[in-house]
Amino acid sequence: MTEAIFTATALTKTYVSGEVQVQALNNVDLEIAEKEVVVLLGPSGSGKTTLLNIMGGLDHPTSGRLFFKDLELTGLSDRDLTDYRRRHIGFVFQFYNLVPSLTAYENVALVTEISERPMRPDEALELVGLGARLHHFPAQLSGGEQQRVAIARAIAKRPAVLLCDEPTGALDSKTGIKVIEALLGVNRQLGTTTLIITHNASIRDVADRVLFFADGKISRIQRNETRHEAAQLVW
Amino acid sequence: MSALDIKLFRDARRLWAQVLAIALVIGGGVATLILAVGSHRSLDETRLAYYERYAFADVFALAKRAPKALVDQIAQIPGVTAVDARIARLALVDVPGFSEPASAQFVSLPDTGEPVLNRLYLRAGRLPEPGRAEEVVVNESFALAHGFAPGAGFSAILNGKKRQLVIVGTALSPEFIYTVGPGDLMPDDRRYGIVWMSEKALASVYDLDGAFSSVSVKLQRGASESEVIARLDSLLDGYGGQAAHGRKDQTSHAWLEHELDMLNNMSRTLPPIFLLVSAFLVNLTLSRLVALEREQIGLLKALGYRDSGIVVHYLKFVALIVLIGIAIGSVVGTLLGLRVTALFSDFFHFPFLLFARSPDLYAIAGALSAAAAGIGAIRVLREVIKLPPAVAMQPPAPASFHRLVPAAVSLDRIVSQPTLMMLRNISRHPARAAFTVLGMALATAILVVSLFTRDTMEQLIEVTYFLADRQDATIGFVEKRAENVVTQVARLPGVLAAEPFREVAVRIRSGNVERRITISGRRPESDLRRIIDVDLRPVVLPATGLAISSMLGQILGVGVGDSVEVDVLEGARRTISLPVIALVEDYFGIRGMMDLEALARLMREGPVVISVNLSLDDMHRDQFYAAVKAMPTVSGMALQRTSLANFRKTVALLITTMASIYTGLATVIAFGVVYNNARISLSERARELASLRVLGFTRGEVLRILLLELAILTLIAQPPGWVMGYGLAWIMKTNLAGELMRVRLVVEHSTYVTASAVVLLAAIASAFMVRERINQLDLVAVLKTRD
Repeated sequence: MTEAIFTATALTKTYVSGEVQVQALNNVDLEIAEKEVVVLLGPSGSGKTTLLNIMGGLDHPTSGRLFFKDLELTGLSDRDLTDYRRRHIGFVFQFYNLVPSLTAYENVALVTEISERPMRPDEALELVGLGARLHHFPAQLSGGEQQRVAIARAIAKRPAVLLCDEPTGALDSKTGIKVIEALLGVNRQLGTTTLIITHNASIRDVADRVLFFADGKISRIQRNETRHEAAQLVW
Repeated sequence: MSALDIKLFRDARRLWAQVLAIALVIGGGVATLILAVGSHRSLDETRLAYYERYAFADVFALAKRAPKALVDQIAQIPGVTAVDARIARLALVDVPGFSEPASAQFVSLPDTGEPVLNRLYLRAGRLPEPGRAEEVVVNESFALAHGFAPGAGFSAILNGKKRQLVIVGTALSPEFIYTVGPGDLMPDDRRYGIVWMSEKALASVYDLDGAFSSVSVKLQRGASESEVIARLDSLLDGYGGQAAHGRKDQTSHAWLEHELDMLNNMSRTLPPIFLLVSAFLVNLTLSRLVALEREQIGLLKALGYRDSGIVVHYLKFVALIVLIGIAIGSVVGTLLGLRVTALFSDFFHFPFLLFARSPDLYAIAGALSAAAAGIGAIRVLREVIKLPPAVAMQPPAPASFHRLVPAAVSLDRIVSQPTLMMLRNISRHPARAAFTVLGMALATAILVVSLFTRDTMEQLIEVTYFLADRQDATIGFVEKRAENVVTQVARLPGVLAAEPFREVAVRIRSGNVERRITISGRRPESDLRRIIDVDLRPVVLPATGLAISSMLGQILGVGVGDSVEVDVLEGARRTISLPVIALVEDYFGIRGMMDLEALARLMREGPVVISVNLSLDDMHRDQFYAAVKAMPTVSGMALQRTSLANFRKTVALLITTMASIYTGLATVIAFGVVYNNARISLSERARELASLRVLGFTRGEVLRILLLELAILTLIAQPPGWVMGYGLAWIMKTNLAGELMRVRLVVEHSTYVTASAVVLLAAIASAFMVRERINQLDLVAVLKTRD
């Protein structure tokens, strides 16, 4: 095992949403190793997304500590968190979150323009198998293609970490497998640490480790001795 | 171009209708400023240049007969740089084929060279040859009104003798830009003209060889006008001199000044209101538009964009809209400004036109609009940027709604569920609803302030022409006449009633405020020309005391019961103190009024008249006109009906033209506000409305929920809009009030109705345009965002 890229201790997050208070994360301790592929499983509201958002610097924990390598994220200002995201983190969201008024190429360029050593946008799109659809707008692409544009956008800056929130949630199985393939390919070629949130239990077979979430806690950790290829998945 | 900039242009294109609507609101504000201030500046500069190039004098005086030798003495008054002495006489003229008697100011031209002051701009033909008594030049408006070209002829009664005259040229003069005949309120180019004749010829007609009856003086920069006037008065005193006066009391200049003042006041009142209203509306609209971008802002933050970068991106978007607005406003404002300038310039017969370039206006209008829009955007951006990206990327948490009434009372029995949704939505966002109402109320208000001038003009006409000065005609005499002239005039054909009238020039003073006015004398039982007090009731003059214009009362700071000091400027000059016995409601000029006999006692004269007011039988007008033309003692005649027609044609036209332009711009702003409001409400509630569609609501039902709210807010906005409109109209009325003309604030119900109708029509048009949007609502796409 290589050294830890994320170290979390007693991470807790409480939301106030409207008039309700929600305990989203409850005292979570966790280590993630470099180049690892981790799948986060669990029912809605079990804390997966909250953890991912905090790791990605999109949100602040209410208490606890979180380190990215030697950098303590829990102490950072908004500005430093922005820099952290800009340098190290790639996001893939369930609903792609592409800018509808930009083409596939331009959506990727949106990120490469503010990165230090990015790939060329077409290179990133090539990597996810979309070399032929560079100049299509999101509305002209299928759901799977849109999600692969989102992956290309996430990896184009060569991030250390790829955080994927339900990347196949809105897709059918065939398209979902293609997206997982793209993610694993990036992990293989670039050594990007990859965290994938999913509701789909069959995806766990592609991971090094599987974290099971319940009520804001990690209830169980499963380590896979061998990782399956995406093509071998059945769902 | 960076991907963000590409996004910006594509977003602008996608939202083109809204971008255009906001830009139109900005454009409306910008256009008003450029139009109003720009046209005023152009006209003002043109007038200045005209005065300068044609040597318009600074001080003017009349005398009966002053020897030419006096000219040297006048030239030696300290501060005087040039003197022009000439002969000027009022006379009746008879134009072939024109039944009404007309009159003209005859002015002499030097027989060698040009006049030193008040030079002519020759439009056509040539100047009269020295000594040729039949050759004349007339002012262009008079020539145009009668279709005169050089070669045409007319006759005039000069010094009691009828003479045939031939026009050899037409001209313009800075001294007679605005020509109002004696006893008239309005210029009437058909019935009053300026006629220039060779000095030698005019002198021999009036037996004024080696003498003059009118003198103009040019002052050094910084010279004291009042000192020169005093010296001039004392020099002319022995020669039948009437008190000298400065430009302020020169008829043409004073009216021109007043018209430009009105334009200036309009430009100081309406454009700031329009600009501020449009700035406020843009602020409101853009802040809501940016609020809709919440999820995109969250995404940009998630991707690693810094706050400053995001702010700059949205400010660029705002700047783009503002630039489009300023461009539209500048083009429209400049074009309208050119038209208005040309319209006024035509009206004044300026020989040339200088268009003032006003880059500062574009800068002011642009900066104000940009600041308002920018502040609107930043206010919301700050809110959104404060949110962690994970939160911003999600739709806002469900807002906390409350029951409108206690749970025990179930409203849904009274109103339908959609109505309840609408009511809750309004009560949930009271601030937003209030601002929406305020925005629409302002739209109504600027319409009211654009439309109300018509009402006040009608009121002015009603009081002036139908309550106060009800005579059909006024004939003026060359010199004072004994009162029995009234009986003679009453015997002329077609005369139903005749009342004596006289006017005396005075200076009126209270404390250290003084004004030069005329006091008119009339009989107490006068029924044609009545005095109307501020409560619009006729006043019967007591045997002593003075009634004054209420405006004059304000200027002097006196009311009924106070005393004023009066310097008589004619005949036996003396100063006396008179009690003010009534304040008069009048809208033109500032005046005093007295009992005819009291005025005669004041002048230490027997009862004399200078004019007679008449009521005429329409059947015999032509016979009456013919009889007047044959009277050598008559200097001119004023006709009320013609005066009213001229008022409608000129002043009212200018004012209503401006009002129409402002109404047009206000309509554009009103539409922009309402449309944006409807569109943004739709975007804000797209998810909710799409959910309703999925639940089985028809398009019509969904539309109703959205439009019901728009309709309710639009209706709620109307009464405050009327109140604000009245307030703005009051500000404008107060700013427009001047000594030469003013109005009473009258806003008819129909004006409120029209203003509201325009806003409601804008709302209906917006509803139709929004309906298209609802029909295109992509249910799946709208609902496919994360919960």
